[in-house]
Amino acid sequence: MLKINNLHVKLEEEDKQILKGLSLEVPAGEVHAIMGPNGSGKSTLSYVLSGRDGYEVTEGEASLDGEDLLDMDPEVRAAAGLFLAFQYPVEIPGVGNMTFLRTAVNAQRKARGEAELTAGEFLKEVRAKAAELQISPEMLKRPVNVGFSGGEKKRNEILQMAMLSPRMCIMDETDSGLDVDAMRLVSEGVNALRSPDRSFLVITHYQRLLDHIKPDVVHIMSNGRIIKSGGPDLALEVEHNGYGDLLAEAD
Amino acid sequence: MSDTAVKPINEVTPQVSGNPKAASALEDRLAAITMPDAGFSAEARADAMARLRAMGLPAPRDEYWRYTDPRAFNAPRPAALPFDADGAESPLFTERDKLTLVFVDGAFDEAASDDLSLEGIEITTLAKADAAGDHWSADLYGQLELAGQTPVKRPFAALNTAVAHDGLLIRVTGKPSKPVHVLYRRGTEDADAVWHHVIRVETGAEMTLLESGMVGARSNGMLEVDLADGAKLHHIAAKRAVDPKVGLSHIFARVGAEAQLKSFTLAVNGTLMRNEGAIDMVGDDAVAHIAAAVLGDGDNGPFHHDDTVFITHGAERGESRQVFKKVLKNGATGVFQGKILVKPGAQKTDGYQISQALLLDENSQFLAKPELEIYADDVKCSHGSTTGAIDEEALFYLRSRGVPYDRAIVFLVLSFLADALTEVEDEELRDEINDRLEAWLTTRPQI
Ligand SMILES: Nc1ncnc2c1ncn2[C@@H]1O[C@H](COP(=O)(O)OP(=O)(O)O)[C@@H](O)[C@H]1O
Ligand SMILES: [Mg+2]
Repeated sequence: MLKINNLHVKLEEEDKQILKGLSLEVPAGEVHAIMGPNGSGKSTLSYVLSGRDGYEVTEGEASLDGEDLLDMDPEVRAAAGLFLAFQYPVEIPGVGNMTFLRTAVNAQRKARGEAELTAGEFLKEVRAKAAELQISPEMLKRPVNVGFSGGEKKRNEILQMAMLSPRMCIMDETDSGLDVDAMRLVSEGVNALRSPDRSFLVITHYQRLLDHIKPDVVHIMSNGRIIKSGGPDLALEVEHNGYGDLLAEAD
Repeated sequence: MSDTAVKPINEVTPQVSGNPKAASALEDRLAAITMPDAGFSAEARADAMARLRAMGLPAPRDEYWRYTDPRAFNAPRPAALPFDADGAESPLFTERDKLTLVFVDGAFDEAASDDLSLEGIEITTLAKADAAGDHWSADLYGQLELAGQTPVKRPFAALNTAVAHDGLLIRVTGKPSKPVHVLYRRGTEDADAVWHHVIRVETGAEMTLLESGMVGARSNGMLEVDLADGAKLHHIAAKRAVDPKVGLSHIFARVGAEAQLKSFTLAVNGTLMRNEGAIDMVGDDAVAHIAAAVLGDGDNGPFHHDDTVFITHGAERGESRQVFKKVLKNGATGVFQGKILVKPGAQKTDGYQISQALLLDENSQFLAKPELEIYADDVKCSHGSTTGAIDEEALFYLRSRGVPYDRAIVFLVLSFLADALTEVEDEELRDEINDRLEAWLTTRPQI
C-alpha cells in the first residue's frame, strides 16, 4: 500500500535536513506504529506524505498503491485515499463542521468519479458515526474545531477519517492530550475501521495507545531515519528502557 | 511629500470664496444638476447649499480624503456605464416576506413597488412630501446631516441634502410585521443618482430596513436615522456592483437612551466606493453596531473601497462596535478610517473597533486609520487593525481532506468574514447573505 524509499527531506526555507534516507513499507491491511524521540522527524514525515508546503524532497520516493505521491496536490492525495489525522487539528472559525465535512466527502467522491452524497444521505451517515464517537449534534454544527477541547479535536479527526474512509490512514500523536475515556473512544473508532484493504501508520510517543490499537509492526525513528523495526514487543521495550539503548545500538 | 513650500493656511484648506478654481469646480458640478422643486424641505436645502458653497468640494490633499481621491465625485458628470436592464438583477432577501420599494436611478418607482401601507409604519416619499408642502420630517431632513458636519466636513452630504429629488420618509410607531426592502435599479446609462431617506423610529418601536440592488453610474445616497428612546433599527445593505460604478453613501444617526442601531453592509466590487457613517449616541445605554463585509477584485477594473466611520459617545454606558472586514485581490485597495470619540461624562462607555483586511495577493493594499479620542476616565475602549494573507496551515488542513484549492480559499474567505456577518442578528438573513457570498466566491470572476 504505502512505500517509502530512501526519503531525504529538507526545509525549503532553511538548509536543514530533517529526513535522512527513510524507508518504510506498510502492506494492505496492516497497522504500523512509528515511535521515536521528539524532533526525530515524525510529524515532518506525515506532512511530506500528505503534501504540505515548505519541504523539499531531495532524494527518494513515496508511493501509494504504486502511484507517486510526491507530485500530487494535497487534495489529490486525499482523493487517492491518503488521510492524516493532525497532531494539532486546525481551528477554522465561521466554517461549520458539517459543511466542511460534506464538502470534503463530496469533493473526494467527485474526484474519483463517484456519485456525490445527497444532504440526507450525508446527514444520516455523519450522525451515526458521530454518535459512536460521542460527538454531539451540537458539536457538528459548530465551526471546525473552534472551542473544542483537545480530546474533542482528536475525536473530530477520527470522525473525518471515518466519513472519508481513506485507504491509508496516518495518525500523528492522536493519543496526546487524551484522557482514558477519550483514548478508548478513539481506539474503538480506529479499530472499527480496520480492514484488509485499509492500512494505518500510527505515530505515537507512548506504548499506551498500542495496547488499544494493536500494531503489526513497530518502527523506531530517530534523526530522520528508521533505526529499528520489529513486532509489538519493540514498543514494550521502549516503554521499559527508553530510547537510550536503541539509539546507542544504531550509532 | 513633493511640495515643501509652506503655504498660507487658506490655501491648504480651500475656501471656495478664496479659491476661484475650487469655486468654479463646484459651480460646474451644481450646474449639471436639475434642482428639485422643494416644498417642506426648502429651508434645509437652502441651508445645505450655503454650507456646501462655504466648504467647497473636497480636495485630494484634505486630511479626511487622504486615502481616497475625490475627483470622480467632484466631476460634473459620471462616465456613462452600459448595463443590462433585464439580466443582472440577482434577488436577495428572497426568503422573507417584505415590503419592497423600488428606486430607479434614485427616483421612487411607484408602479414597480408594493403598496406603502403597513401597520406600525408610515411611509411617504420625499418627492411627494415636497410637492404637498408640510411634513413631519421637516425637523429632521438635513438636520442630522448638519449635526454630522462637526468636527469633520462632509461636502457630499451637504450636496445630497441640497439636491436630492427623492427618498423615503419613514416614521415607525410600532413593530411592523415585515421588513422594508429598498430595491435599487438602474434606468439610464449615465445616471447620477442622489437619494435621501429619513427614518424616525418612535419610542419602543422597531424596524428592519433592507437595501439591495444596483444604483446609477454614480450614486450619492443618504440615510438619516433618528432613534427615540428604546427604538431599534436593523439595517442591512447589500451593495452589489457588478459594473464599475462610483458611489458614496452617508448614514447619520442619533441614538436615544436604550435605543439600538445595527447596520451591516455587504459590498461586492465596484470601482470607487466611500461609505461614511456618523453616529451620535445621545442617550444612556445606547447601542450602535456598524459592520461591513467587503469583497474587492481589481481584475474587473480598479477597485477602491473606503469606510469612514465616526462614533460619538455622548452619554453613559453606551456600547459601540465597528467591525470591518475586507477581502482584496488583484490590486484592490481597501480603506478604513474609524473613530470612537468619548465625550466628557460618557462614563462606562464600551467602545470596540476592529478593521481587518485579507489580501489574496501582494498587489492589493489596506490603508487603515483607527482612532480613539477619550475624555472620560471610566471607559473600556479598544481598537485593532490587521492586514494578513490566507492562513497556510488552515489551507493545508482543508486540502488534506480533499477540498480543492479554490474551494478551500472560499471557505477561508468566509471564515475571515464571519465576525462581520455575525453582526447580522437575524439568523435567516445572515445565512442568506453567507450563501450568497459563497455563491459569489464560487462562481468567479463574478464575485
Ligand atoms: N517548519 C519548520 N521550521 C523549522 N524547523 C522545523 C520545521 N519543521 C520541523 N522542524 C524541525 O525538524 C525536526 C523534526 O521535527 P518534527 O518532524 O516535528 O519531529 P517530531 O514530530 O518527531 O517531534 C525538529 O528539529 C524540528 O524543530
Ligand atoms: Mg510531532
